[in-house]
Amino acid sequence: MIEFQDSGSSFYQLIQSRYPQLFLSPSEWPNKQTESPLSVPHGTTVLAIQYQEGVVMAGDRRATEGYSISERRIEKVYTVDRYSAVAIAGAAGPCMELCRLLRIELEHYEKLEGERLSCEGKANKLAQMIKGNLPMAMQGLVVLPIFASYDEIKKVGRIFKYDVAGGQYEEIEYCSIGSGGRDARGSLKKIFKKGMSEEAAVGAALEALYDAAEGDIATGGPDMIRNIYPIVKVISQKGVTDVAEDKIKTILEVIIRKVGEA
Amino acid sequence: MTMPYYVSPEQIMQDKAEYAKKGIARGRSIIAVGYDGGILLVADNPSSLSKISEIYDRIGFAGAGKYSEFENLRKGGIRHADIKGFLYSRNDVTAKSLANAYSQMLGTTFSQEMKPLEVEVLVVGVGDDPDHDEIYRISFDGSIFDERSFTVIGGRAEFLFSHLKANYRMGSLKEAMTLSIGTIRKENMPTEHSPNGMEVAILDRTQKGRTFRRIQKDELKQYLM
Repeated sequence: MIEFQDSGSSFYQLIQSRYPQLFLSPSEWPNKQTESPLSVPHGTTVLAIQYQEGVVMAGDRRATEGYSISERRIEKVYTVDRYSAVAIAGAAGPCMELCRLLRIELEHYEKLEGERLSCEGKANKLAQMIKGNLPMAMQGLVVLPIFASYDEIKKVGRIFKYDVAGGQYEEIEYCSIGSGGRDARGSLKKIFKKGMSEEAAVGAALEALYDAAEGDIATGGPDMIRNIYPIVKVISQKGVTDVAEDKIKTILEVIIRKVGEA
Repeated sequence: MTMPYYVSPEQIMQDKAEYAKKGIARGRSIIAVGYDGGILLVADNPSSLSKISEIYDRIGFAGAGKYSEFENLRKGGIRHADIKGFLYSRNDVTAKSLANAYSQMLGTTFSQEMKPLEVEVLVVGVGDDPDHDEIYRISFDGSIFDERSFTVIGGRAEFLFSHLKANYRMGSLKEAMTLSIGTIRKENMPTEHSPNGMEVAILDRTQKGRTFRRIQKDELKQYLM
């Protein structure tokens, strides 16, 4: 049955008010850290880089459970609307739910209001949703995304990163998070140039992910046997587009050859 | 002492229906027409407030009559669809289920409230091919009509419907567009095919995911040349 009391244009608020049982209420939060934190797939490298026309976003494909690999082909970079994508690090379940919720949230707003949220509007909404997850984060179910979007008003690509409490920080060059984030950052520090071309930025993203996979056990490198490669998305005025697997493979082959020659 | 009086239920219903019909007849019309690549929605609407809207990936909406009332129905429909898609899956959101929800809601309001809703709504669902397109027209009292290929709601619905019936054939978007706009313009300006004052959108079956797209004035001109 359709109900018509107005709940604004937010799907997140709507679903919480209609189906509170899907969300833990404060009285149900476990009040202390459990002795052995829940075992959840964890550890990742995802990154975003500014380039001339927007942002390149990439992520590896591995999910881990302690020292074992639980998933080889998981996707960590999601398109959430025409001009935005989210890359996630943290506990897989809540991360995927967050991406799904954000995608519906943005679409819901657009349909109700007849226009898309502004770039800041989207970033702020995501911050509120991360803050809503804080009690779960205290229990070890951390959700940490990077948000990248093409700003239709300012005509630039923008990157936002977050902390577990919902703090939001805009990055003007590049950023990488997850257990391999440090390695990727070290790599990007050397490669990054202001106003890079799309091709150079995609190359930089793949090289940084390769370096992260070499230094971090929870980050998956390219799997040439099974043909599993990182997910790379380009966000520009044309919208969010996926970089084709063949192209990623070709670039990775060059990177690997370079490693072999060194 | 006041005199108790009796009004027969038939009389009440008739009065309500007349009241609602009068309200709807004042408004302008909206046409839905199926074409080979999807479904076209055309509203005679010079204002910037929309009468046509996207509800879900393959579902569109149009409302005629009182704006505040069908706008409420539109928002309710979007909420209904998004919640269902979140709780189950995107494929489980269907035009039929939404049309039923509207029918229930309008029917209940018509029989239980003092004032019936002065609206007529259209729920269209685009299929993989024209045979699987769905067009549902729901009137103020909750009656629901499962239409084939084309329909009209709003003020001059019957007149426009007969014109469509005489001239419709399944064809390209351009043909559907010329026919729909020509039909709406028929009464006041028989020769004019101007895109001014028209709100036009399509559900494009060739698209993946969200199929709804508004057609702006410049693009519309190209179709009408």
